[in-house]
Amino acid sequence: MRRFLLILGAIGCLAAASDPTERLPDPAQEARARALFQQIRCVVCQNESIDDSEAEIAQDLRRVVREEVAAGRSDQQIRDDLVGRYGEFVLLKPTFSAANAVLWLTPLLLLLGAGGWLLWRAHRSPAPIGADALTPEEEARLAALTDDPPA
Amino acid sequence: MTAELGAFALALALALSIAQAALSAAARVRRSRVFARAGEGAALGAFLCVLAAFVCLLIAFVGSDFSVANVANNSHTLKPMLYKVAGVWGSHEGSLLLWCLCLTGFGAAVAIAARALPMGLKSVTLASQGLLGVMFLAFAVFTSNPFLRMNPVPLEGRSLNPLLQDPALAFHPPLLYGGYVGFSLVFSFAVAALVEGRVDAAWARWVRPWTLAAWSMLTLGITLGAFWAYYELGWGGWWFWDPVENASFMPWLAATALLHSAIVTERRGALPSWTVFLALLAFTFSMLGAFLVRSGVLTSVHAFAVDPERGVMLLGITGAAAGAGFALFAWRAPTMASGGLFAPVSREGTLVLNNLFLAVAAATVLLGTLYPLMLEAATGDAISVGPPYFNLTFTPLMAAAMLILPAGPLLAWKRGDLKGVLQRLTWAAALAILAALVTLGLNDFRKAWGAAGVGLGFWLVAGALAEVAERVRLFRAPAVESWRRLKGLPRGAWGTTLGHLGLGLFVLGACVETGWKLETAHVVAPGQGFAIAGYDLVLQRAGVVDGPNYLAERGVVTASRDGRLACTVQPERRFFPAGRQTTTEVGLCFRGLSDLYIVFGERRTTADGRPGWLLRAYWNPWARLIFLGPAIMALAGLVSLSDRRLRLAPGKRKELSA
Repeated sequence: MRRFLLILGAIGCLAAASDPTERLPDPAQEARARALFQQIRCVVCQNESIDDSEAEIAQDLRRVVREEVAAGRSDQQIRDDLVGRYGEFVLLKPTFSAANAVLWLTPLLLLLGAGGWLLWRAHRSPAPIGADALTPEEEARLAALTDDPPA
Repeated sequence: MTAELGAFALALALALSIAQAALSAAARVRRSRVFARAGEGAALGAFLCVLAAFVCLLIAFVGSDFSVANVANNSHTLKPMLYKVAGVWGSHEGSLLLWCLCLTGFGAAVAIAARALPMGLKSVTLASQGLLGVMFLAFAVFTSNPFLRMNPVPLEGRSLNPLLQDPALAFHPPLLYGGYVGFSLVFSFAVAALVEGRVDAAWARWVRPWTLAAWSMLTLGITLGAFWAYYELGWGGWWFWDPVENASFMPWLAATALLHSAIVTERRGALPSWTVFLALLAFTFSMLGAFLVRSGVLTSVHAFAVDPERGVMLLGITGAAAGAGFALFAWRAPTMASGGLFAPVSREGTLVLNNLFLAVAAATVLLGTLYPLMLEAATGDAISVGPPYFNLTFTPLMAAAMLILPAGPLLAWKRGDLKGVLQRLTWAAALAILAALVTLGLNDFRKAWGAAGVGLGFWLVAGALAEVAERVRLFRAPAVESWRRLKGLPRGAWGTTLGHLGLGLFVLGACVETGWKLETAHVVAPGQGFAIAGYDLVLQRAGVVDGPNYLAERGVVTASRDGRLACTVQPERRFFPAGRQTTTEVGLCFRGLSDLYIVFGERRTTADGRPGWLLRAYWNPWARLIFLGPAIMALAGLVSLSDRRLRLAPGKRKELSA
């Protein structure tokens, strides 16, 4: 039994960011630190933020970030420090830089492009009226076929 | 012996798949009924062979036959029976066999069930499905044979990753694969439509039930996975925008778009090439996902069996299948005529907008997943694309789609009366705005986004109910008449309503859980406790218990409110000696739609110097809705599938309407 508990102990700490021994005394500072944790990657983990991770390095990074928050440094300064040490890889939210412009702008451009094309097409081909519209008899037959009450 | 039988059956399945592809193609070229029947027989035979192989592997797992390497690497004599069975698909080789089983199963289903399908369409569909089967079965036989023996035979197996030993995760892969691979048939139908040069209402009606079935399974599979993450990983997260989650989500987005565009094609004959494009895209995303998960190009929490060589082969299969499909599309699609003109303000118009947002959202998820790879290949810089990116791009796109959603089912086909529809949605909009304002009033402006999300959720739920009210002429016709109409509503209409209702409930759950979640952690000795969200938690006792294949430390925690006991939970920390891994079993206390989520942590010393345990507690408001909503969406798919319209073969429908 003792061996089992020793192993359990060796597996390590199973507490993420809410660990009471890690927390800052000031709730406002703690909240700021927690918000930052969610934007910072646990660099050795597989796609986890340091807020969620139980890895040792995540624990260390949390301590560093909390110390910097307590020392009154701004979010941007803290992020810059981490990028200086680990590279951009450490940020879960990529910076808006020339290299990442494609990443950030593509969704918007796609939406505008495809939306614009749809609008242009709708504008070009006039709305169906007259001969193309269904007669009341056709409407009734369609409703009977599709089990829909006529709108 | 069973392993050799299994290996033989798998090789035979490959041969039969080749026969299926060749005979079905010949049937189309020669217009020969004999070849067509032979192709159908081969499709059925291929399925039965893969089924036999699957059963052989199952027998090896159930009997813990460690002379089979796959069993030795993934099973253990002490594992509960459910997880011995689930171990079959717990590895790369086994899950690939499951993939092949689904692939040939869908082929056999079409061969047997779709009797009224026009012969040409059916032959080409089976030929395409056969070719897909050839590629994946060859991949299984030549690189990922699950029946390889091992010498010397180990006395004990290496066990399945304990994180995966969970009921939800045991059923997660079969459902997920049913979805992924269900789209293979949709892909084959699209290929057949392109070869035949006809994409019309009848084709859309043939494809929609298969899409609905696959979509429902995928929805349920993803939901089970999210639910597993929620209670198994030990801190209540349920979606991480992890590459592997994205790999399952991209086919879902494409299929959701397809379900909607296929309605337009079925009812109005419009958007034929776009519908075919989506049909090709859904399975392409499935294959891309299989490549991403299995090749090891992306690091991920869930990635398994990473092997670059197999990855290259999977990329080859994906490229060949998708390349051929889209080349055919580029060649044939421009010749397809689009019927059914419609005004921008019409039901078709809103469905086109739905497709616009879903397609851009799928492209965004694809870009976010692959961008780090592309950037690293191009410049050598390593970056991370995590949840903040998707929250800023994907979420607004979906929110915009959801804003217009309730208007869609109320608008008429061809040309809708927007003013009238908005009038009918007035009370739904009023309810949504009221909900958002009340939420904002109870909080402050830091919760503005959460409040907007709550409003959006109410808008979707009220909008879904407004649609039913409209269909039955509630308060505008006599109550008896409304009741009669309600009973007469087709299942397809209920499917729409339930699907949109489920989406609304999901949005409500996700926004409330994300915005108002509470958490705390304290070191407590037995008899001590703390408060969270109005509940008093007390650690009553803690002790050590023996499981079948693990040892655990278990705490007994009571939660009470105003002195009355609300529930008693027994969270655990389990240690699995076989893999030397520790997992958490959280204590979940259901409080209506919300969860009290209690995690039993490591041994620590309390503030007053006594030996104690770290106890973490979360209050997850409305978290149930996050899983209930998608479950309702999956159910909606099945309800819609049971509609009389879809069960009647198109041929018979023509006779009825004539």
